[in-house]
Amino acid sequence: MLYFAGAIIFWILAWLVNIWISRQNESKILNLFPPILFGVSVMLIWEASVVDFEVSPVILPPPSAIYYKFISSIPILWGDFVQTALKGALPGYLIGCGAAFFVSLVADKFKFFARGVLPIGNFLAAMPIIGIAPILVMWYGYGWQSKAAVVAVMVFFPILVNTVQGMKMSDEIHKDLMQTYNANYLQTLLKLRLATAMPFIFNGLKICTTLALIGAIVAEFFGSPIRGMGFRISTEAPRFALDMVWAEITVAAIAGSLFYGGIVLLEKWITFWHPSQRGRA
Amino acid sequence: MTKKLWTGSDSKILPIFCIITFIVIIWYGFSIILNAPWEYDKAKRNSITLSKTELVSQTWSQKRPKLPTPHQVAKEMWDTTVNKKLTSKRSLIYHGLITFYETIYGFAFGTGLGILLALGIVYNRATAMSVMPWIVTSQTIPILAIAPMIVVALGSAGFSGLMPIVIISMYLSFFPVVVGMVKGLKSPEQLDIDQMKTWSASKSQVLFKLRAPKSTPYLFTSLKLGMAASVVGAIVGELPSGGGGGLGFRMLSGSTFGNTLHIWSGLFSAAILAGSLIAIISIIQRIVLKRMALET
Repeated sequence: MLYFAGAIIFWILAWLVNIWISRQNESKILNLFPPILFGVSVMLIWEASVVDFEVSPVILPPPSAIYYKFISSIPILWGDFVQTALKGALPGYLIGCGAAFFVSLVADKFKFFARGVLPIGNFLAAMPIIGIAPILVMWYGYGWQSKAAVVAVMVFFPILVNTVQGMKMSDEIHKDLMQTYNANYLQTLLKLRLATAMPFIFNGLKICTTLALIGAIVAEFFGSPIRGMGFRISTEAPRFALDMVWAEITVAAIAGSLFYGGIVLLEKWITFWHPSQRGRA
Repeated sequence: MTKKLWTGSDSKILPIFCIITFIVIIWYGFSIILNAPWEYDKAKRNSITLSKTELVSQTWSQKRPKLPTPHQVAKEMWDTTVNKKLTSKRSLIYHGLITFYETIYGFAFGTGLGILLALGIVYNRATAMSVMPWIVTSQTIPILAIAPMIVVALGSAGFSGLMPIVIISMYLSFFPVVVGMVKGLKSPEQLDIDQMKTWSASKSQVLFKLRAPKSTPYLFTSLKLGMAASVVGAIVGELPSGGGGGLGFRMLSGSTFGNTLHIWSGLFSAAILAGSLIAIISIIQRIVLKRMALET
């Protein structure tokens, strides 16, 4: 009980510190502490309760065991990461986003098409599209191609809906202004319509980073070569090697956060002019 | 009036109809292309030459086609819903009901958790500062990767059946609710809150008479997103559970045994399930918001 009691006391102290911090004036460095303290207390309580209550590692391995497993199997984890994230998720993400972008340009040019595409896209975006994974694995085989295909289809609709929505956002008065400048279609598109649509497009791109990794991992449950994050999880879990599964999840978490963070940085760089990005310098 | 509905400048029915027709035509075309090699193979083995019409009619009626045609999928769905007993493991309704229960429980718990967290975040700055970043981070993690592990771990701890899947479904659906409700509960303007204060309203009165009503439109938007997420969670949660049943299980077994019709009929049932659950929320949304005079 000793460790557990200690962890709880740490948590209470951390919480009191957080309350104190929340009453201080806004400050960038101070604001970093509450989430870190909270995270550390969760880890400590987790570790302590596993040790004190003798939870079987089959059910829940302690964070320290996961850390050791992670450190000792970096080559395997790296191989899985390359297979799933770099070969499966990334090409699929690029293909899906590119295709959706192209279709939304077509939809923008032909209003009739846009009126039909938007409701259908919205409907399909809410569907469990992940269900096509077994079909695409059957068509494209067990390699990374089928994973890229699943990811491409999954990210297609959110990007499409967001881009079409964003293109609608440019003001009539700005379009008139472009006309008085004698701008042609391409110029209006590049300098006004796409620029206004950028925050929406990035919203879609951000949502899709997680979707892409989920698609690639879940597609591997339906068949994959003998490496890949989904493959590892689905083979190690039935063998009760949960420390390996958790290590793989750590990789997924890091990959997901880096991917998301990369898109956020890109967004800051491209849409630096947008109100939501200003004043946070 | 009816004419305008079809051809008016912002009518959606005609374009949607055109696109769906287009998709169906493409679909039939692709099922010829994808299923043709198998037919050619068969013809070669029996040393007969296929005429064009024979080829088309045969590619559209294979037993285990690479891509089944829409009418084959429709027939399979009809056969496995109407012509099978409810309790039969071959009935789509049997599997659909399992997925439905998992979705509903996961959705209910996820919504509850989401609203509680949102209240904590709105009313307690320490909670907001320490928990909110983690909630956002939790969504950059491919949560579904945890699915098989939760199922296995809980199974070995003595919990089996629906519960592990419900937890996954809940995990996926709580996020949209938290984000939407935090926005919604914070949506009353300072002016309105000050007004409540001049009436010396208590904290709970401000919550129930100002914040909660103001947040209903946000709540419904989040509920729809959460519902879509919990259907996905239920289906993916069924994949590693093995033998439990449900639409995801049906698709997995179809994929293991190469039975494409099972996969497609499972996929369409899942789409119908998600679509109708979201439609129900939309109807409730319309009625409630009309009653509250937030929407005309």
